[in-house]
Amino acid sequence: MKKSVIFGALTIAGLAAGAAAAGTLDDVKARGKLNCGVTTGLVGFAAPDSDGNWEGFDVAVCRAVAAAVLGDGNAVEFVPTTGKTRFTALASGEIDMLARNTTWTFSRDVDLKFTFVGVNYYDGQGFMVPKALGVSSAKDLDGATVCIQTGTTTELNLADFFRTNNISYEPVPVETNAEGQQQYLAGACDTYTTDASGLAATRATFENPGDHILLPEIISKEPLGPLVRHGDDEWGDVVRWTLNALIAAEELGVTSANVAEIGASSTNPEVKRLLGTEGTLGEMMGVDADWAANAIAVGGNYGEIFARNIGEETPIGLARGLNAQWTNGGLVYAPPFR
Amino acid sequence: MSDTHAESIPFVRETTLPQAAPPTAERGVYKWGRENLFATPANALLTLVSIYVIYVVLSAILPWVLNGVWNAGSLSECREILAGTRGGCFAVLVDRWEQLFFGFKYPSDQLWRPTLTLVLFFFAVAPVLFFDLPRKLLAFTAVFPFLAYWLIWGGPILVPIVALVGVGAGYVVYSRLVAQSFAGGFFGGIAAAAVVWFLGGYLVDATTGPSSLLDAVPSRDLGGYMLNFMLGVTCVSLSVPIGIALALGRQSSMPLIKWLSVIFIEFIRGVPLITLLFVASVMLAYFFPPNSTVDLFLRVVIMITMFSSAYIAEVIRGGLAALPKGQYEAADSLGLDYAQSMRLIILPQALKISIPGIVNIAVGLFKDTTLVSVISMFDLVGMIRGPILASTDWNGVYWELLGFAALLFFVVCYGISQYSQWLERRLATDHR
Repeated sequence: MKKSVIFGALTIAGLAAGAAAAGTLDDVKARGKLNCGVTTGLVGFAAPDSDGNWEGFDVAVCRAVAAAVLGDGNAVEFVPTTGKTRFTALASGEIDMLARNTTWTFSRDVDLKFTFVGVNYYDGQGFMVPKALGVSSAKDLDGATVCIQTGTTTELNLADFFRTNNISYEPVPVETNAEGQQQYLAGACDTYTTDASGLAATRATFENPGDHILLPEIISKEPLGPLVRHGDDEWGDVVRWTLNALIAAEELGVTSANVAEIGASSTNPEVKRLLGTEGTLGEMMGVDADWAANAIAVGGNYGEIFARNIGEETPIGLARGLNAQWTNGGLVYAPPFR
Repeated sequence: MSDTHAESIPFVRETTLPQAAPPTAERGVYKWGRENLFATPANALLTLVSIYVIYVVLSAILPWVLNGVWNAGSLSECREILAGTRGGCFAVLVDRWEQLFFGFKYPSDQLWRPTLTLVLFFFAVAPVLFFDLPRKLLAFTAVFPFLAYWLIWGGPILVPIVALVGVGAGYVVYSRLVAQSFAGGFFGGIAAAAVVWFLGGYLVDATTGPSSLLDAVPSRDLGGYMLNFMLGVTCVSLSVPIGIALALGRQSSMPLIKWLSVIFIEFIRGVPLITLLFVASVMLAYFFPPNSTVDLFLRVVIMITMFSSAYIAEVIRGGLAALPKGQYEAADSLGLDYAQSMRLIILPQALKISIPGIVNIAVGLFKDTTLVSVISMFDLVGMIRGPILASTDWNGVYWELLGFAALLFFVVCYGISQYSQWLERRLATDHR
C-alpha cells in the first residue's frame, strides 16, 4: 500500500499531458519512442545480445518503423511478449505494433480485430530427418515416428498431410521445441516437424548439423508478418509502407551503403520518389520526406536484413526460397511507390 | 604370602595389564561400517546397491563438470575446445552472468546499486531474524525499504523520503490514538499517512528537476535473479502482516469483517497463481487509460502478495485454533483489551506454532516467483528461456543454465529452511 502511493506519485510525476484517443502515429511522435512487441526470444528473429541490445529479423522491422517515423532506429522500446500475451498487449494499446513471427490467419485478422500489414517471412512446416535414415522425401516417411508439438497448428497439418498421401505415422507428442530437440536427438522419433525456419535454427545448434537434413516438402503456409490494431489506418499505412520500402529498396538496388547518395544520383524516378528526393510521398503519410531513406539506413534493405540475421552466412543458414524477390522466383513483392 | 598353592598355581600376575586396543573388528571404521552399513545381509545388500547408484550418478556428473569449459564465446567454440569429449559448457555462465543476475537491461555501469542493496538487505534483515541482536538495529530495518527502493529504481530522492515521512506520521497518529481505541488508531494512522503522501506528491511534482543523484531505472529493466529475490522478499514481508490481519479478521465477531476475510481468502485460494498473474499483466491493462498503467512490477507484487497472504492467513488460523481457550480467557480476565491480548498473549504463541507452515509457504512463494517468466518478465528462468537460449551463440545449452538456476534457488531455500529449524529450537519454551 505504501508503494502504491509512491508509484502513484511517480506516475503523476512522469505523466506529461496525456494525449488520449489521438492516432497512434501522433502518439508515437509525441512520445518520441515506438513501443514494439517482439518475442521473448527466438533465434535469428529477436533476441537481446550480451550487451542487452535487441537484434534479429523481426527487430529490424521495428527499428525501420521507428526510423521512418522518428528518424532514429534506436527510438524503440522493445516490449517482449509471449505467445499468450502478444494479442492482448496489442489490443490494449501497450504496444503500437507487433512484430513477433505471427502467422497471418483469417480469424486473427477478422475476429481478433487486427490488421496484418504484410508478410516479412514466408514460413511453412517442414521435416528434419537424420541423414542415416536415407529418406529424401516426406512421402517416404510411411510408418515413421514423428516428434510433434501438441496443441499447435503443425499437429493438424501433419495429420492432413499423411492422410492425403495415404501413409501412416506414429506421433510422439512433445511440449516445447527444446523437448522436441532432445527427443529427436535421443532417437525417440525418426523425424521432427515444425516450422522450417525453426527446424533450421534447431539444426544449427546440433553438434553435427551435417548429419541431419531438412526434407524439401513444405506442407503448410505460415506467412509471418507485423500487425497493428484495426481501425487506425493511418498508422497501419506507416507500418505497411515501411515494410514495403525495405522490400522495394532491395528490388531497386538501394542498400544501407548507397542510400545516402543514390537518392540524388539515381536516374530511376521510383528510387527518387522512394527516397523523397522527388514527390511528396512522405508528406501524404504524415512523416518526413526522407522517411524511407532513414528506415533503410538503419539495417539495410530487406535482403541485407535477411542475410545478416537468418541468411546462409549465419549459423541458422536459411536460403531465400519463397522469400526471394518476385524477380528471382520468390513471393516477396512490394507494390509500386507512386 | 603363603606357598600353599604354589604347586597348583604356577604364576600369579601381580600388575594389571596395560589397556589393549579393541580387536580391529570392534573399533574404528570397521566397527562403524559393520554396525551401520553391513549389520545384516539385507542391510549389506542395500548398502551395495546405494553405493552403486551413487557411483553411477557421480561417474556421469563429475567428468562432465570437471571437464567443463569456462572460457569460450559460443557453444560451437565450446565444442571445438572439447573436441568430442564430454564436458559442460559453463562458459555461458561466464559470458552471461550479468544477465542471469540482473537481467539484460539494467544499466551495466549501475550494477553496484542492486549489489549494495543486497548487502544492506542482510544488515536490515539480521535484527528481524536474530532477535538476540540489539533492538536499536531495527531503526535501520525500518528505513531500509525506502533506501532499497531509491537505490534500485533511482529517480528523485524526495519520493522515498515523502513515503518515509508518511509512514512516520501514520505511526505517530496511531500510537497517540491506540490508547483509546485500536480501530481509531489503525484508521487514523492510515489517514494521516495518506494525507502526507497526497501533499508530498505535489511537493515531488513541484521540485523534481531534470537531474537526480541516481538515474531512474524503469521496472521493465529489472530482471534476472535480482527480480526473483526482490519479488520473494517484498511479497513475503508484505504477506505475513496481511496474513495475520486476515486470520484475525476471519475469527472476528464482527460479521462484515469476518465475511470479507472469508471471501477474500477462499476466493484467492480457489484461483491458480498463474491466473492472477495473467490478470495482473494482461487484464488490468484494459482498465487503465493507455498511458497511465500501474507499474508492472507493482501489479505482480500485489497479486503474489494477495495469493500468499491468503495461504499464510490459513496457516496462522491453524496456530490460533491450536491455542487452548483458556489463553483467551486468561487475557480477558487480566483486563487486556483486544489489541493488547492479541499482541501480548495470543499471537506470540500462535505464530510460534505456525512457523513451519509460514516457512513452507515462504519457500514455495520464492520458487513461484519464476512463474512471472510466463507473463514476459525476465526473471532468472525468463532470462534463460528467452534471451540466452535464443541467442545464436548459446542456443542449445540447457543443463548448464538450468542447473545453475536450480543451484541458486537451492542455496536460498535451504538457508530459509535451516533458519526456521534454528528458530523452532530457539523458541522451544515448552518441556518436551
